[in-house]
Amino acid sequence: MPSDTTLTPATIPAPPVESRRAPISVVGPVAWMRANLFSGWLSTAITLALGYLIITRLISFVDWAFINAIWSVPVNATNQPDTSACRAARGVGACWAVVTEKHRFILFGTYPFEEHWRPALACVIFVALYIVSAMRRFWRKELALIWIAALTAIGVLMWGGVLGMPFVPQERWGGLPITLILSTFGLAFAFPLAIMVALGRRSRMPAIKAICVLYVELIRGVPLISLLFMASVMFPLFLPEGMNIDKLLRAQIAIILFAGAYLAEVVRAGLQALPKGQYEAADALGLSYWNKTGFIILPQALRMVIPPLVNTFIGFFKDTSLVLIIGIFDLLTAGKTAIVEPAWQGFGVEVYITIGLIYFVFCFAMSKYSQGLETELNQHRRR
Amino acid sequence: MSAAFETVASAARLDAPPAISMDRVNKWFGALHVLRDVSLDVALGERVVVCGPSGSGKSTLIRCINRLETHQEGHILVDGIELTDDVRALDAIRREVGMVFQSFNLFPHLTVLENCTLAPIWVRRMPKREAEELAMEYLNKVKIPEQAKKYPGQLSGGQQQRVAIARALCMKPKIMLFDEPTSALDPEMIKEVLDTMVALADTGMTMICVTHEMGFARQVADRVVFMDRGEIVELGTPDQMFNSPQTERLQLFLSQILRGH
Repeated sequence: MPSDTTLTPATIPAPPVESRRAPISVVGPVAWMRANLFSGWLSTAITLALGYLIITRLISFVDWAFINAIWSVPVNATNQPDTSACRAARGVGACWAVVTEKHRFILFGTYPFEEHWRPALACVIFVALYIVSAMRRFWRKELALIWIAALTAIGVLMWGGVLGMPFVPQERWGGLPITLILSTFGLAFAFPLAIMVALGRRSRMPAIKAICVLYVELIRGVPLISLLFMASVMFPLFLPEGMNIDKLLRAQIAIILFAGAYLAEVVRAGLQALPKGQYEAADALGLSYWNKTGFIILPQALRMVIPPLVNTFIGFFKDTSLVLIIGIFDLLTAGKTAIVEPAWQGFGVEVYITIGLIYFVFCFAMSKYSQGLETELNQHRRR
Repeated sequence: MSAAFETVASAARLDAPPAISMDRVNKWFGALHVLRDVSLDVALGERVVVCGPSGSGKSTLIRCINRLETHQEGHILVDGIELTDDVRALDAIRREVGMVFQSFNLFPHLTVLENCTLAPIWVRRMPKREAEELAMEYLNKVKIPEQAKKYPGQLSGGQQQRVAIARALCMKPKIMLFDEPTSALDPEMIKEVLDTMVALADTGMTMICVTHEMGFARQVADRVVFMDRGEIVELGTPDQMFNSPQTERLQLFLSQILRGH
């Protein structure tokens, strides 16, 4: 190194340099297309072939779903829907008339028709509850009260029997409210349960640890369907004569226990990923076990496992549809039943697309929300 | 720098009962015998530097003092309370013993101020306002009050370690343990942390430091403890230890340390 250059970069003023923009041939959409779609003759051929396929499929789907679709059908003399137009258009156009005609049955099942506003309002309350809970400024103690109030209101609406609303037994509930009830209560109870079990599995007390390990391994070791069967068929056999626990409640408990075991393992992964130093620092400061867990361990552990947590949440939202095997009328079962009627037989695709869309909206919202939450909560990791 | 903390003239108070008393302490990690018959008394206000080659058990020794590690034989008394499985005694001891770690171990999801106020609020039951004032006072003393609202990840290593010192001091401990506080730092940041520790030593705080910083040991230590293979090999004033080491092992260690610097 020449002796006359001193290494003090901070003191030497940098000479002004005009920054030049990158040439259009390197950045921008044209360059991107050239690099990724038309980089050679093979790549160009594949791009063109796939492009042709996608465009023709898209056109025929739009034709089927919108242009040739039948949105409603007339009613014939016997007050039955006349589906001959739909049958004629089969394979050419979608028969959305089945959805228009049957949407109330799909959404609310066998709930008394003139009382449908009650489950509808219950669904609105659920969605409002999700939105409020999602906003960080409502993350206070009062949120628990909001939940209790909302869930009570939903119970009153669904059962009725007060305020001039006729009583509707649980057997007649169905459709979307059932799906929302099962998944909301399921996850709301399974999550705290999972945290306790995950902490218990790491407990130094052997009895607690053994119980938690046993619970997780037992529940995880059997399919959800068998748990639901046990809840609906076997469990009542063990109850004393005359005593009966609501079927929905039994299914609900089975779902809570099942989801709890899975979530517990996700939470445990977060607890284990946290550096040992965090536990030691909290101990050295003299924080009690619960203060340490509540302020230091869980906030960090849960942030780390947001992606697998949401993954499990979404999975369980859809898994609630398995209750159809024990005869509970959730959204999917209601949709399936709607097309049993002779007039509408054979229009399953339209109904299933609609139900799929409803599931998708909820799951996609969860997914999007969790992405936002992740960036927001992990701000402290960025410099 | 020493003006930052109020200076206490008298150092070790040898007439008072010892702050820490270890009597023939033994510890094993599985089959590995990591502490062998370690006996050491530390007087109130005394500054002890523990040094030794890596794996000599020096970190384990000070981690036994606040029971981050449990010992299997012997007795440890801290502030007159014996360390046993008794959780209440342990809580009482941890309230009085602050610790600074090699890897800082700040809570990354809390701001610097929250890091400092958490324990005073929840362990000492201090009102939030008071805890914040106290925290700002100590952040002032470690010279980073302007970083109070930042997250630890936004600070340099030296700044983080000074926050860690302030966090421990906010509990108003009687004893401070330092476990290689400068080993994870870039050379240019070591000095700022050592300066803070020197200033703290000048206040008469009882300190036990595991460190390789021999300059620091000479400057502040009342006694230096040299450990090797789990036992205390030699013990004395910095002057005795560095200028006329008695044992071959200490001579060897010092020659290696000095060559390294």
